[in-house]
Amino acid sequence: MGGLDGFAITFLNGKVMAEWLPKIVEGFALTVALAALIVVAGLALGLGLAVLRAFGLRVLNWAIIFFVDLFRALPPLVIIVLLYFGLPGMGISLSGFWATWLSLTLVLAAFSEEIFWAGITATPRGQWDAGKALGLRFLPILFRIVLPQAVRMVVPPLTNRTIAITKGTALASVVGVAEILGAAQSAMAFSGNPSPLTLGAIAYALLFLPVVGAGRWIERRVAIPGR
Amino acid sequence: MLEDFVDSFLNLDIVLRAMPILWRGLVQTLLLAAIVVPLGLAHGMAIALLSRARSRWVRWPLAVWTDTFRALPPLVLLIFLYAGLPFLGVDLGPWGAVALAFFLNTGSYYGEVLRAGLDSVPPGQMEAARALGLRPSLALWLVVIPQAVRNVLPDLVSNTLEVVKLTSIASVVALPELLFQARQAQSVTYNASPIVAAALAYFIILWPVVRLLSRLENRAVASGRG
Repeated sequence: MGGLDGFAITFLNGKVMAEWLPKIVEGFALTVALAALIVVAGLALGLGLAVLRAFGLRVLNWAIIFFVDLFRALPPLVIIVLLYFGLPGMGISLSGFWATWLSLTLVLAAFSEEIFWAGITATPRGQWDAGKALGLRFLPILFRIVLPQAVRMVVPPLTNRTIAITKGTALASVVGVAEILGAAQSAMAFSGNPSPLTLGAIAYALLFLPVVGAGRWIERRVAIPGR
Repeated sequence: MLEDFVDSFLNLDIVLRAMPILWRGLVQTLLLAAIVVPLGLAHGMAIALLSRARSRWVRWPLAVWTDTFRALPPLVLLIFLYAGLPFLGVDLGPWGAVALAFFLNTGSYYGEVLRAGLDSVPPGQMEAARALGLRPSLALWLVVIPQAVRNVLPDLVSNTLEVVKLTSIASVVALPELLFQARQAQSVTYNASPIVAAALAYFIILWPVVRLLSRLENRAVASGRG
């Protein structure tokens, strides 16, 4: 058996792959669901916090800055493990899926708050003044003039960060979720062959290569020309 | 309720008992970071320099190489190297698998950042250095790269922060770093306080970096580079 044949039988074993493909597909669906829930909740919370920060209430802003710093400094896996193994001690039991969801949502919220806030502060002062001159109040200026510009300005860093954090869904395998990596690992254990892991890697490539491409496309579409 | 909370998350007794192994874990985490950050930077610099090649025979394989490692979650790459390669008779062990996974994954990200840095240095700098009689390699190291690094410093620091945080995934392949030791202590004591202590250690070490980044990023936004 040549080296290349050995490699193919080990990592691209058709029989093993066919047998475990359904499990990997299920894992794929779970990864997509988890990622979608994280993106929606994380970005909404991040935007909400950035809007709250725009009110300029000192104590509230300190709390927001501390929240952001905390979840930017802690490794996501540490947060997941803490919620998953820690909360049952308080009588609250989160499944691995929801522990991962909550952890990565908080992380994405922290990063996206910082990014949204950078966009809000980068919107020229004159936009606020012009809004006031038109007789608009604080909230209409914020929501109808400043935010639309701020959000477009920060789309590139926001997409990059969102993609990076959704890749963290693979961490859910550590707390027993049968998403792509979890499914591939248990399939590898059952079959005694690493081909399911190859399938898993292909599944991630199928999932994230288009996402990366779509990110580039969104950047081009939404970006304000000349910036 | 509060008592429950203190008992299960802030149990000083248990943290003190776990202190020696947590400390060993922290030392391993710092050692790990000291190994994988230079590895990633070296790979990233190689990618950034190669990506300036004009030949498509260099650029295309390079793009496939970096995009592959950016599309794969780092934990997937790590498990592949740690649990997959032994089937081929190649057993890297935890340290080898972690080092190689970080070299491949974080190198791709550093490569992107450093490439942007190199692109930001006007070609006139290279030409001027050459006109002064510097060899190309010397001109690159003494003139172009220092400016490139300075121009993308916030992104480099930000990436390095992510790399240090990412070392926690080494716990999954039983490398005895901070999170691994905290989980060992937690599973022996059935108490989450060691994990809280580990989280606190990460926070104490990395918070100054986060603060610094926040300031660097705000300055970038203020100067219109955001």
